[in-house]
Amino acid sequence: MSQKTITSKLKAASSTPRPRWQRVARRFGRRPMAVTGLILVVSFVLFALLGPILLTDPNQQDFTAILQTPSFAHLLGTDDLGRDVFARIANGARVSLMAGVMSTALALIIGISIGLITGFYRGWVDVVVMRIVDVMLAFPFLIFAVGLAAILGASLTNVIIALAVSQVPEVIRIARGEAMAIREQEFVRGAVADGARDATIMFRYIAPNAMGAFIVQATVSIPAAIIGESTLSFLGLGVQPPMSSWGIMLTSAQQYLAQAPYLALFPGIAIALTALGFNLLGDGLRDVLDPKETR
Amino acid sequence: MSVLAVEHLRVEFGTENGPVIAVKDVSFKLEKGEILSLVGESGCGKSTVAMSIPRLLGDSNVTLGGSVRLNGVDLSAFSEKRMQAVRGKEISVVFQEPMTSLNPAYTVGSQISEVLLRHEGLSRRAALARAVELLELVGIPDAQRRIAAFPHELSGGMRQRVMIAIAVACDPLVLIADEPTTALDVTIQAGVLDIFRRLRDNLGTSIVLITHDLGVVADIADRVAIMYAGRIVEMAPTVAIFAAPTHPYTRGLLGALPSRAVMQTDGRRRLTDIPGLVPSPSTDPDECQFAPRCASASGACTAARPAADLVAVGHSVSCYHPAVGAML
Amino acid sequence: MLQQVITSIVTLFLASIVVFVGVRLLPGDPALVLAGETADPAVVAAIREQFGLNQPIWIQYFNYVGQALQGNFGVSTRDRIPVAEILLQRLPITLELAGLAILVGVLIGLTAGIVSAVKRGSFADYAANVFGLIGLSVPHFWLGMLAILFFAINLQILPASGYVAFTEDPAENLRRMILPALVLGTGLSAVLMRQTRAALLGQLSADYVRTARSKGVSRSREVKHALRNSLTTVVTVLGLQLGALIGGAIITEQIFVIPGFGKLIIDAVSARNYPVLQGAVLVAVTGYVLVNLAVDIAYAYLNPRMRLAGGAR
Repeated sequence: MSQKTITSKLKAASSTPRPRWQRVARRFGRRPMAVTGLILVVSFVLFALLGPILLTDPNQQDFTAILQTPSFAHLLGTDDLGRDVFARIANGARVSLMAGVMSTALALIIGISIGLITGFYRGWVDVVVMRIVDVMLAFPFLIFAVGLAAILGASLTNVIIALAVSQVPEVIRIARGEAMAIREQEFVRGAVADGARDATIMFRYIAPNAMGAFIVQATVSIPAAIIGESTLSFLGLGVQPPMSSWGIMLTSAQQYLAQAPYLALFPGIAIALTALGFNLLGDGLRDVLDPKETR
Repeated sequence: MSVLAVEHLRVEFGTENGPVIAVKDVSFKLEKGEILSLVGESGCGKSTVAMSIPRLLGDSNVTLGGSVRLNGVDLSAFSEKRMQAVRGKEISVVFQEPMTSLNPAYTVGSQISEVLLRHEGLSRRAALARAVELLELVGIPDAQRRIAAFPHELSGGMRQRVMIAIAVACDPLVLIADEPTTALDVTIQAGVLDIFRRLRDNLGTSIVLITHDLGVVADIADRVAIMYAGRIVEMAPTVAIFAAPTHPYTRGLLGALPSRAVMQTDGRRRLTDIPGLVPSPSTDPDECQFAPRCASASGACTAARPAADLVAVGHSVSCYHPAVGAML
Repeated sequence: MLQQVITSIVTLFLASIVVFVGVRLLPGDPALVLAGETADPAVVAAIREQFGLNQPIWIQYFNYVGQALQGNFGVSTRDRIPVAEILLQRLPITLELAGLAILVGVLIGLTAGIVSAVKRGSFADYAANVFGLIGLSVPHFWLGMLAILFFAINLQILPASGYVAFTEDPAENLRRMILPALVLGTGLSAVLMRQTRAALLGQLSADYVRTARSKGVSRSREVKHALRNSLTTVVTVLGLQLGALIGGAIITEQIFVIPGFGKLIIDAVSARNYPVLQGAVLVAVTGYVLVNLAVDIAYAYLNPRMRLAGGAR
């Protein structure tokens, strides 16, 4: 800057900074789309938790009431075995919630740990891990998940494992990037200079500051896993009957598409609304948490 | 007739937190071949004045008031379509940020040609040939080769020269330069100012130079308008501003020049600040907005806004307590 | 550039090991499948010998890769048809489906993204955003079922399923490909729309766009300036979305009963047709890696800054 430049030192008095989370919540609350997403997600979780308790047995067959259209007795109708569709959707919600949340949690735990370590230490560990990540990413997501599910065998647990492993490489990439960026920042360098232990730096300093990115990733990952579970189950590689899952319900609905289209309608709407909720929530959180996007 | 006459310009931005009146009431005239400098602290509205003359503020939440006359023709009545024909042809702009003001995806030649193709009806080949001439005009060596360069292959100073080449391509009546040297090294600044001077001398281009750098002003401007809180508080020939600053704010600005700076105990040169805060731009009260920061303020200053008074030929000031005499 | 080619080759080499080992890890014994479940042990042993299944796995791997590089992927366990022949027969079908889907996706996604960014805050922007979010949230297979329900069962204007080769009857081929391509293209267009909009919005507020405006160019030329710099994003997204497209193709082919690559893979998984599965996945992964390599190279041509840096990031 020029020697003759007038540097104005006058600065508008800044208001006292509020706690960060409070500011984030306030900005989040101003976005109707984001709030809609939050409401959808909360309703989904409550429905998954309470629905199966309050509703009738999803496996209760009633051959006197097969393929009935929605009525007061059966709000969303009955399927080909006379089972209540609403109760089965509630049970499917629980399966979706488990698959979505647990596979994402698993992927985040594994991915963040590996990503932070490789991003922090770099060197040959980083080279090896990134090579593995590249190879895993060379497989399209669904092919990878289908392959894993086929190897492990069809069950809810295995679906969760398959979806988690399929999502790990992406999480590693994100955590590694965050670790590399944050470790160069002043406060981390200060901690290093003060002789803090590596683990302390990684999990006390870097991880909390990357939390925004991880939360956003979770909102992307959960709906992907929910759709992934329903897709695998639809293909017969996931949850097995008589257990109810939105994907399985749609598989059997396919046979009755002409006779009972509502059988295909409701589980699909359930998947779409849930995924929509998470996507809206994720968009909102990204806007609020990522300073780059919210100038 | 003046080449450019800005009358009672008012610019209001609608924001989430209410309106911001960036420019409250600004009038000035620009003669042929004249270099007028708009000076003030950041936030005083000088850049907004500059951008509102060719109507580049763009946003739909901007309200413009007053008029801008080019050779007597009122541009404020022009449609966007007619304004497009004026921009780059009669009025052109050099921006502050040479690093980002050029499109990274196109060659220098095609970006200069674009304005020629738009306004001069040249063929592609003729436009490119003219672009080479323009690059030579703004002092870029090896112009024939540089024409095929992408912006990232040029230094900041070179890019600013390219920006100037674009701006002067169609021999504009008025060139608006918004802090054209701020992002450049001192050594390069002088070269860029030289180009402006030559343009004025050779082509008679009138220039509005926005800056907060009084050194640049002293170097090149014929006349200076000092802006504070969206208004011009003092306007005078450059010589008069430096010899006999009259508005307390102008005197404060000149006091902030490093050449008059005080040595601090820590050995660093410190600028003498003007005490107090820049007023909020959301209101426009009928008072002198500098009064809270002014040493000579009185009851009159907050009772009504001072009108512009002539204190000498071509030297006007808006103040109830104009200072007289040179600064110590 | 050379470095990217080498990286891709290494990745492909490692991926081929993963595929090979993965297929071996599938439950069941390939020799048993070949021999038939009830075959006597002597026959099974003979088959093991014949196909080299009794050799160490790494020798089996190198034998396989050596043969595969010459275009020999073994024979299908179901009908003893060479796998290469099956792959060549099925690949064009999926390529046609994917090509049409990309066409749909780019046409809708790019257009909607541009309109929505340029007319920010308008009804069109709002509509495009809602479309983008819904497109992102609806799973392919349900969308496929809805399409069949609406167009095939209710309106009865398009067939619900089945495939006719283009060479046999081009018009009928396209008629049967419309719904699958639309279903597969919707998800892609939603992602493309969102990314194009975000990239273009960022570029539209760039300083160089203001420079363009100061030259007196029309709004459409301003947009062109910004769009030129958004294209790298679009191309990258397209490359990355190819993975989702392959996954979507698996599902779409399953629903519309199209005998393409996706259906081949799923059928091979359930029939434990190892050679077919192995070959198909290997070819799919190779295609995916090569396309992303092509994207990296295209990048250098779209972004002059990288051209100079030798294509390195």
